[in-house]
Amino acid sequence: MTTMTVAPRFPLYRKEAKYEFLRLLRARTFTLATIGFPVMFYLLFGVVNSRGHEILSASKYLMATYSIFGLVGCSLFGISVTLSNERNLGWLEVKQASPMPAPAYLVAKLLTAFAFATIIFGLLLTLGLTMGHVVITGAEIRNLALTILGGVLPFASMGLMLAMVVPPQAAPGILNLIYLPMSFCSGLWMPISVLPHWLQTVAPVWPTYHLAQIALGGIGFGTQGSVTGHIAALAGFTVLMLGLAIVLFRRNGAKS
Amino acid sequence: MVAVEEKSAVSAPAVEVAYLRGATKSYGAHRALDEVSLSLSAGEVVALLGPNGAGKTTAIKLLLGLLGPDAGEARVFGGNPRDPATRTRIGAMLQVARVPETLKVKEYLDLFRSYYPAPLSVEHVVRVAGLAGIEDRLFSQLSGGQKQRLLFALAICGDPDLVFLDEPTLGMDIESRHGLWQQVRDLAARGKTVLLTTHYLEEADSLASRIVVINKGAVIAEGTPAQIKSRVSGRTIKCVTSLDEDLLRRLPGVTSVEVKHGTTIVRSAEVEDAVRQMLALDTGLHSLEISSPALEDAFLALTKGE
Repeated sequence: MTTMTVAPRFPLYRKEAKYEFLRLLRARTFTLATIGFPVMFYLLFGVVNSRGHEILSASKYLMATYSIFGLVGCSLFGISVTLSNERNLGWLEVKQASPMPAPAYLVAKLLTAFAFATIIFGLLLTLGLTMGHVVITGAEIRNLALTILGGVLPFASMGLMLAMVVPPQAAPGILNLIYLPMSFCSGLWMPISVLPHWLQTVAPVWPTYHLAQIALGGIGFGTQGSVTGHIAALAGFTVLMLGLAIVLFRRNGAKS
Repeated sequence: MVAVEEKSAVSAPAVEVAYLRGATKSYGAHRALDEVSLSLSAGEVVALLGPNGAGKTTAIKLLLGLLGPDAGEARVFGGNPRDPATRTRIGAMLQVARVPETLKVKEYLDLFRSYYPAPLSVEHVVRVAGLAGIEDRLFSQLSGGQKQRLLFALAICGDPDLVFLDEPTLGMDIESRHGLWQQVRDLAARGKTVLLTTHYLEEADSLASRIVVINKGAVIAEGTPAQIKSRVSGRTIKCVTSLDEDLLRRLPGVTSVEVKHGTTIVRSAEVEDAVRQMLALDTGLHSLEISSPALEDAFLALTKGE
């Protein structure tokens, strides 16, 4: 027989990613939370607070930080909650028993996080430019877009790691307990300079802080630390999360 | 020439497509499977029958490579079940507590067909699995039976040579169940091999060419449905009688006697002779019933105690 032994890869990866994205887009609780909250917060605190055409306005600052808030949300929830459910309630086994290559499953989740991050950034940019009087150059938009896309990687890794430890029913609650305080403490909701001094001192422990500093530096705001330092911190965080995810996955496998 | 004719007259030797050999698997201190050996030949429908927790699902998961055995081996088409090329020849319907609910039936089919190099056409799968008319429904809008039929469709959409069905008719109405049975028979008719687990004895009896009874992680009986039934010898006499148990035990072919709620139940290998004597000895005997053993009786006899 001359039949192929495996299915063609490209259509398989494309469909896996397409349906992962579609299935989350149709899940209203997911889209409302991950897209709705950053947009609502930005309208309330960013757009309402905008005062004419300043170069370094609050609405420009918050456009960047709420985009990060959004990307962290869709990376964490889009990966952790879905994976935790699928792993614990049998669906992942159906896929593992099928000839689906394991990387297709993970790549689909990663691409979906990229897509949602892009949607959130696109919406906030549109709101900022139209209603928030944001003054931003083309180069700055490019910098911000690259930071946001790159920023999906560390938080997708974190989502992967958390999926190995959180039980499916408790996943959304536990994630919010990490996500919301972490966002606040890294200056995603208000400039870090207005936070209590001790919170500013410990801010570098949060990965969101480093990503926010890179994003803000790329659109003309003064930042703390060097870009290289922030990138190194995020890279280290990503490696740590992936390493932990692998260890936990193996441990779970050995237990079952 | 004579030799050739002779050869073709004999049915082709069974080709082994998958096996477990001395497979042992423990979850912590609990031994789910204890040195189980199981072989599947091309074109046969094998039912793995056993009470809950007997190790049926564990056996399937070992054959699918979802679990690795602690000892022994699992082989499918001569290879490791985890090998992607092997998996394209396997389809599996597993028990799933929850499936992502916001995809449509046709989207699931499109996705799973893309995993296989030579899948069946969508029309074929939809017809065979009884999904016509509900292709555009989201998973969340399906009834329990429709969900099971979709999972069955995903198991067969790649036209696999070996199909695993773990409790396939759970939650199905009678019509769906009989429809699925027909599909299993059609798979076998096309030379496909099917391993199904079930606790419906009727299902095993009507579908399987071979039944493997498993209990507490070990195979306790194996054979055709008729062979399994024959493990319970004789027939059962039920009646209301004043004859005492010791006397009944001495009647021809009697293997057991019990009295329940005033009804006497006698099991005998020579039931006609036993009944003739009972009627002669007790003229007041009434409510007489004689029944053949069902697979259920064999199953209970096999799994009880021992």
